[in-house]
Amino acid sequence: MFENIIYLDNAACTRLDERVLEVMKPYFFNIYAVATSEFGYSMGIEAKEALARSRESIASKLDANSEEIIFTSGSTESSNTALKGVAMALKEKKGKHVVASKIEDFPVLNTAKVLEGQGFSATFLDVDPEGFVDLEELKNAITKETVLVSIQQGNQEIGTVQDLKAISEICEEKDVLLHTDATHSFTRLPLNVKELPVDLITMSAHTIHGPRGIGALYIRKGTPITKFMDGGFQEFNLRAGVENIPSAVGFAKAVELVTEEENKRLKAMRDRIIDKALSEIPEVTLNGSREKRLPQNANLTFHYVEGESVTLHMDMRGFAVSTGSACFSRSLEASHVIRGIGGDHERAHGSVRFTFGRYNHIEDTDAAIEAMSEIVARLREISPLARK
Amino acid sequence: MKFPYSQKVLEHFKNPHNVGQIENPDGKGLEGSPACGDMVAVYIKVNPDTKVIEDIKFESYGCASNIATASIITDLARGKTLDEAKKITWKQASEELGGLPPIKAHCSVLAVEGLRAAIRDYEEKHGLITEKEPTTEEVIRSRLKHVMNPLTGLDIIRTNLILKTSIENGVVRVVVDLPANHQFAPAIKEDIMEKLGSLWDVERVDVIFTA
Repeated sequence: MFENIIYLDNAACTRLDERVLEVMKPYFFNIYAVATSEFGYSMGIEAKEALARSRESIASKLDANSEEIIFTSGSTESSNTALKGVAMALKEKKGKHVVASKIEDFPVLNTAKVLEGQGFSATFLDVDPEGFVDLEELKNAITKETVLVSIQQGNQEIGTVQDLKAISEICEEKDVLLHTDATHSFTRLPLNVKELPVDLITMSAHTIHGPRGIGALYIRKGTPITKFMDGGFQEFNLRAGVENIPSAVGFAKAVELVTEEENKRLKAMRDRIIDKALSEIPEVTLNGSREKRLPQNANLTFHYVEGESVTLHMDMRGFAVSTGSACFSRSLEASHVIRGIGGDHERAHGSVRFTFGRYNHIEDTDAAIEAMSEIVARLREISPLARK
Repeated sequence: MKFPYSQKVLEHFKNPHNVGQIENPDGKGLEGSPACGDMVAVYIKVNPDTKVIEDIKFESYGCASNIATASIITDLARGKTLDEAKKITWKQASEELGGLPPIKAHCSVLAVEGLRAAIRDYEEKHGLITEKEPTTEEVIRSRLKHVMNPLTGLDIIRTNLILKTSIENGVVRVVVDLPANHQFAPAIKEDIMEKLGSLWDVERVDVIFTA
């Protein structure tokens, strides 16, 4: 049914790579035991080794140790664990204050808000018109009470890549823990925990052609953290629950399959669609930074048209894209990210996000712009704003 | 495919009827606000003798629900007298379209309000407001409920942006709780002037910002 669709919403979810599925299969049908201890039975030991290998493989991508990686159900759980876990561990010893940027994704933003309701205070940092956190503002926001700073590596909507090095240095200097949500940047951008003093990192498989429902959290050795899911002793006693071994194996394979060459391909598609949109369609604004952006993300506002109308017309022509328009979301709230970079509702309303993945081709960009050009022209014809 | 929209909504969205402007319309209504998203303009040509809407067009800056409702509303109003057209409701439009998602009601209600505003504009311009009730603070506040607060996407009354309103000798004063140099101040001012300026006994509208 969707064979011919040109899918440009890879930030939401990616198509599973068949090679990932192949390595997962045995862990459903053959080695389906849970990871047992050393003196268990052979199938369980085999499963345990597969889990360890997967952990090792993900850890090595960050230059971390494998015991610093725990598997979770995805980004949401990873960020919840990071924020709530550290907050609970340090609230008596250090204080009750967290810092995040205003344009964080919902798992961080809403977790920080929940902490606010539990007696913590939270500072949400403004960002500049390109989406960058002001480093001076960050410095000033950190107090003796601050237990954690959470600032993403790359933004989910506008793709802006933060200066994580400078941010981590500030946190190190101020002796405060740093969490980064790398859901959209893990494997797409360099991230090395030996080089950067980041303490916790959220990762997910669903953005890199791995299975959905599995993610990981890097926790630097020695980081105070309280487990918030109680049960068994899995994942170094930090995350209870039967291990999702097929998915962990799939996640590791997905990580292995991302190459520098692929990231260059994504970047070429990103640059082409941005260049074409800005040069071929009148009154278009790029959202986010032109240079420091995720290789797979392009986000543009097509002024005087409404995003939901654009996505529906694009769908009718066989393209899947996403928008920050209020009408597109169930909450009827315009994108907090576009609002965060100082955009008004009109700018958020007309924003369209194109995110590329392994199964896109450079020709997809031309086809998408051709369709966009016609759709935007048509919608502008009927828009009372366009003629002003 | 199971979109939250009916096939008929999608058809009207894809090929909306009565799209465009009418040069020198007899009546014009503009609802919604550019800064906060959805906006509909409705234009009508009215036969002065029969009071029948002979031509009707709309423009929309909105989502599928908004465009489809404007399309069906203009279909329903064409050929009807002003009095008949005034009675067209959102519910009727929704039924004609095979249902609209409840969450999108506010997007589509704008089209109905646009039509009513165009009719009211015609009536006010042609001295057809027979009852000619004097404009009161209550009337002012009810009209201001159609001015959006772009900061929230809700109207300026509900979001407590209006500190004070008054009317004296045909001069309306509206005090808005925003600094005059706020990015949305000009858009809000223009919208307020438009909503209140056409009232039969209003000669001037003063919009005052707090700082």
